[in-house]
Amino acid sequence: MVRIILPQHLRTLAKITGEVRLDLSGTVTMDSVLDILENQYPMLRGTIREHVTKRRRPFIRFFACEQDLSREPPEAPLPDAVVKGIEPLLIVGAMAGG
Amino acid sequence: MSFIRLLVGTRKGAFILTSDGKREHWTVEGPHFGGWELYHLKGSPIDPNRIYASQTSSWFGQVIQRSDDGGRTWNPPGTKPEDLMGPDGMPQGESNMFLYDSSSETGRPLTTHQHYDGSQRPWEFKRVWHLEPSLTDPDTVYAGVEDAAIFKSTDGGKTWKESAGLRSAKGQLWQPGAGGMCLHTILLNTGQPNRMFVAISAAGSFRSDDGGQTWRPTNKGLLSKYELPDPDAEVGHCVHHITMHPSRPNVLFMQKHWDVLRSDNGGESWHEISGNLPSDFGFPIAVHAHEPNTVYVVPIKSDSEHYPPEGKLRVYRSRTGGHEWEPLTNGLPQQHCYVNILRDAMAVDHLDPCGIYFGTTGGQVYGSSDGGDCWEPIVRDLPAVLSVEVQTIP
Repeated sequence: MVRIILPQHLRTLAKITGEVRLDLSGTVTMDSVLDILENQYPMLRGTIREHVTKRRRPFIRFFACEQDLSREPPEAPLPDAVVKGIEPLLIVGAMAGG
Repeated sequence: MSFIRLLVGTRKGAFILTSDGKREHWTVEGPHFGGWELYHLKGSPIDPNRIYASQTSSWFGQVIQRSDDGGRTWNPPGTKPEDLMGPDGMPQGESNMFLYDSSSETGRPLTTHQHYDGSQRPWEFKRVWHLEPSLTDPDTVYAGVEDAAIFKSTDGGKTWKESAGLRSAKGQLWQPGAGGMCLHTILLNTGQPNRMFVAISAAGSFRSDDGGQTWRPTNKGLLSKYELPDPDAEVGHCVHHITMHPSRPNVLFMQKHWDVLRSDNGGESWHEISGNLPSDFGFPIAVHAHEPNTVYVVPIKSDSEHYPPEGKLRVYRSRTGGHEWEPLTNGLPQQHCYVNILRDAMAVDHLDPCGIYFGTTGGQVYGSSDGGDCWEPIVRDLPAVLSVEVQTIP
């Protein structure tokens, strides 16, 4: 079970309170997590990664286990602690003013 | 009695201002979508409870919102449970998917446009600047986007399709203005349902006579001496806004980067009507609801000084269709005022006398219930105002 913490604006958009918990099987990657997340919350499509290319939006960051995973290959396995739900996957808006 | 609903988009959310027909007392609701940029909100002319909104963010991209109850509740179109599943069993969630048409069927592969440095760049979607609901069908709505293109939805905003013919109108010569290469104005008219006008910064104005399939530039008479190497080029002009009175669809008024202009032949040619304005730079331009020859602009000092000349916020009104302009100052700050009024931030209601409203980058929304003679702030301290639209509800 993967725990995901979304930024406030995306929680509001998807009408989510608290963290999102997703059950995944097989190798858990950033792509597989986001695929399931977007299937459950279609209004998040296009807000974290581009619709067609699936590239991360420039001002979105992925943090977990005190590491910045944003530049890791999206098909790379996520850390065990994230896969087991010990640590959450944080999807955050980059520090860029505003 | 009629009532008035103002739809105000700001840098940090949307606000809805309502008043009865007297327009003396206003209620202010919001922010809706707090923290997001609301570039534009506009209601369907035939179903005023149907309102479309462009919600956007540098972080999270584009979201389209729709209200079916006059702005009380909102949802991205297509996210109700019955809408969610597509024919392949996958969730849709496509209301924010603006894909440029590169299909072989249309014969128009994705083209390039000119970038600031003169190089060619492929079109890349950034945001929706303007939403223009159909005059006849509440489920049909047009979107003007950056990079400049026009999209159409016929299912209430759930899905969008580009009218790619517009980019064929010398799109390779278009370039971004300071605010980006945006399609910010869409004009429709009941009397000529297949005719549409759009305006793009910095490309110019364009007309379609076949419902948006094909387009041609309509910029004859525009002069951009200091902006273009060829001052009267067919495209490339930084048109800031165009408008028309619905009873006279062949008469158009334009606020260009510099110059206020008028066309009397459906955009075939334009002539300058700046007359005695203290500056002919500005962004919005509006026409009185009942007097087709009465036009409003808000002069701004220059392209690098986006504030009113002399620190005096003055709306200028021409009752002669241009050339002769009078300053309207009663109730507006006449010293130390350095706000800007953006292109989509001025609108008129349809009551008699006509009401006119505008929002500023300083967060004020001013209203006049007597055609501009007297002004009052409706609200003073909103985030920077990006757009103001009016609904006159019977």
